[in-house]
Amino acid sequence: MRLSMLEGETRVITAGTAVLAEALAQQAVPHLPVDWRPPLPGTAPALAKVTADPRREAANATAVGRMTSARPRLAGVRPAGEVLGLPPRTFLHAGPPIDWERASGPMRGALIGAALFEGLAADAEEAERLLVSGGVKLDSCHHHRTVGPMAGVVSPSMWMFEVTDEEHGGTAYCSLNEGLGKVLRYGAYGPEVVERLRWMGEVLGPVLAAALALSGPIDLRSLIAQALQMGDELHNRNRAATSLMVREIAPAIVDASPRYAAEVLRFVNGNDHFFLNAGMAAGKVSADAARGVPGSSMVVAMARNGTDFGIQVSGLGDRWFTGPAGVPDGLYLGAYGPQDANPDIGDSTITETCGLGGFAMAAAPAIVRFVGGDVSDAITATRSMYEITLAEHPAYQIPGLGFRGTPTGIDVTLVARTGVLPVVNTGIAGRVAGTGQVGAGLVSPPAEAFAAALAALAEE
Amino acid sequence: MTTNTDQVEVRAGVYHDSVSLMRVSQALGSRPGVSVAIVAMATELNVGLAREVGFEVPAAGPADLLVAIRAESAEELAAAGEELERQFAGLGRAARDGGGAAAAHAPRTTRAAAKVFDATLALVSTPGDHAFTEAMDAVEAGLSVMIFSDNMPLEQEIALKERAAERGVLVMGPDCGTAVVSGAGLGFANVLSPGPVGVVAASGTGAQQVTCLLDHAGAGVSHVLGVGGRDLSAAVGGRSTLVALRALDADPSTELIVLISKPPAPEVAELVRRAVEELSTPVVGALLGPGQDDLTTAVEKALHALGRPVPRWPSWTLPQRPRTAGLCGLYSGGTLCAEAKLIAGTGEFTDFGDDEYTRGRPHPMIDPAMRLEALSRTSGVILLDVVLGHAADPDPAARLAPAVRAAGERGASVVAALVGTDADPQGLRHQAEALHQAGASVFVSNAAAARHAASLIASAP
Repeated sequence: MRLSMLEGETRVITAGTAVLAEALAQQAVPHLPVDWRPPLPGTAPALAKVTADPRREAANATAVGRMTSARPRLAGVRPAGEVLGLPPRTFLHAGPPIDWERASGPMRGALIGAALFEGLAADAEEAERLLVSGGVKLDSCHHHRTVGPMAGVVSPSMWMFEVTDEEHGGTAYCSLNEGLGKVLRYGAYGPEVVERLRWMGEVLGPVLAAALALSGPIDLRSLIAQALQMGDELHNRNRAATSLMVREIAPAIVDASPRYAAEVLRFVNGNDHFFLNAGMAAGKVSADAARGVPGSSMVVAMARNGTDFGIQVSGLGDRWFTGPAGVPDGLYLGAYGPQDANPDIGDSTITETCGLGGFAMAAAPAIVRFVGGDVSDAITATRSMYEITLAEHPAYQIPGLGFRGTPTGIDVTLVARTGVLPVVNTGIAGRVAGTGQVGAGLVSPPAEAFAAALAALAEE
Repeated sequence: MTTNTDQVEVRAGVYHDSVSLMRVSQALGSRPGVSVAIVAMATELNVGLAREVGFEVPAAGPADLLVAIRAESAEELAAAGEELERQFAGLGRAARDGGGAAAAHAPRTTRAAAKVFDATLALVSTPGDHAFTEAMDAVEAGLSVMIFSDNMPLEQEIALKERAAERGVLVMGPDCGTAVVSGAGLGFANVLSPGPVGVVAASGTGAQQVTCLLDHAGAGVSHVLGVGGRDLSAAVGGRSTLVALRALDADPSTELIVLISKPPAPEVAELVRRAVEELSTPVVGALLGPGQDDLTTAVEKALHALGRPVPRWPSWTLPQRPRTAGLCGLYSGGTLCAEAKLIAGTGEFTDFGDDEYTRGRPHPMIDPAMRLEALSRTSGVILLDVVLGHAADPDPAARLAPAVRAAGERGASVVAALVGTDADPQGLRHQAEALHQAGASVFVSNAAAARHAASLIASAP
């Protein structure tokens, strides 16, 4: 047999003792030293076991292949009660499962707001009593093919984006974006919040549904690819994507509802983040396509409920691995400061799970100051994510990195080996129920969630 | 007792490899006025060492860096602290310079490195607990890999070699000390002239002895492929040996293969015998162990097979007085140690390169401290090896000579087996002369050195 190592110039990757790399330098042998460091404390035995799993490599290739080949398209807009089969008095929420007792301020605020919106209570006090007494059943959005930004509360009367995967046949849902400021997803539940939700259910949802029925589905894969090249990272910046979406659908909105078209278009145009929710559903349907591959160590969900940060892994079914949600490091609106910030919250980390958001920071120089630092920090953030991901996305590319594909498919073994944690861009919710958004910034997931998932893989 | 001239500090999450840190410790420890300098990862072993000498070490884990310095005065301590920062700045610079253009974002895993660098093989020398994941990265990227690390569990070695067979690549190791691939020396590697002999070796220092003798005889080598000391066990089944033999057979520059191994498990011996029969390249075996040829004799057989003359192996001898106090072997190479013990037939032998001495410490070929310490306590006839080449001590004779001289003054006789070539960075001749001047008899053949040492005992009244 021929061994390619014996043919041509010897070129060496070195990992470990610097002396051996120096010896190669003395001989002028081309080499690249790995900046090797020990793995997360206590993970070495599990790493060895999972690395030895003969299924791992092929399973990860399958999982990330499914994630990157998904072709999400926006197929419709429909009420949650109808598409999710949500019975009355059942609310979904962001992140891993949580009860009222452990829920943070903004999560409680959003649940109160949803109870008011559904007419289950006349005022906030009554709503709180209902929720404390367990009169509303709570469950995680992720358990229902759904994602929700920030508190992510979904109640039966809310209208949802419906995104289908043309490649694998999946479907995923996300609520419609309410805009910025005092909004339900940030835990606000005042009359203006409930009023807006009513308008969204009565006007926005039905008009968008009718428009989409006329225009046909919108190709989100191609829209996201274009938005990345226009300076969005699709989590904290959605300005280009929102504009592209409006361009696609505006004529159909006018055709579908001459009466409400101006009102609807003004609302959508007034919110640079309108696309976020459609992008999240696109992420969810892509990540769900990668679920359930035995032996795969790839992350298929990262989500926070304001108390816990949880992840799910392809080869580990629907189990959650959690750690405490951190407080984001960022910039604050008005007079708000870090003391007002709630711990990390929301399912919008589905963007990072799929290689967007913080992972695509290098594509979005316009917002690097908002999420900390300068352009070189953004490039460093994206570059470091290639260390912990399995593939580069074939369609989602970053012009500033020579059109390199975004780092996609977080591998828990690589997180444990490098100690490099996913970079997450996020909004910051106020700690006190009813406050709303107080800022935006960067946050790191808890390392223990990844270590726990790795330990579970080792026991598989 | 902690005094005001102690500095103890834990730097959370700062990592440098043990050899680099040892160099920093040495640089600080050799400063005037500094009595103790421990700069090391805060492993249980290192924290224990620091506490033993009286430092009050705060809570720390193996992923943290421990600095413990004791000086005779506050000024000297402060100066040592400045030197420490200079040393660390140097380490950071070396790490950045090492990778050229890619260094601004140095890859953190072998997997990531393989994506940005068009490599032909990987060289893994992390602590043994972590070598498996890096080596698996290389194999999965379609690269052959040399595993310098020791202490790798057997099942990991088997898993790696099974995966390597699927990918058509070679796993050299674990505990593979040396390899030469198309002239590039990996690990502890001598500078050898190119030539017709390909070597497959289950032993690093065994391969170094054989190839250095071939070099002395003017017959250079094509490649030296290590396979790891357990490769010919029943459990591993000779997986790497078989791949290496077939690869050298297919290699146009290899005219003769020398196979260096311990006696294999019987079923593996049969596998290897059948594989050898199928090769078109002749194979000379050098089996280590009782009843077998020594390595020097094996080299002589290889030279015969090549039709080349056997030279007189160089030596630098002294008239040495026979001793009655017994023979003591202080070795850094396991195979050389075992060979010398067999030939001498008597005496007490220690292999300082054995796992039990290297766990959490650098190899004695890099750091001679433990062996020097043993040398200072020994009398009678002392037999030791000095291995030259890349990555080894840059001037072993300079550090050994005073100890050899002191041993002579104590009435001991020192005999050295010097494994190296004239082209090695340390220079064979220069090292031989320095040891010789210090009072040692020096041989390039380990077997000859062992025979000489034994003769000093045997001829004692």
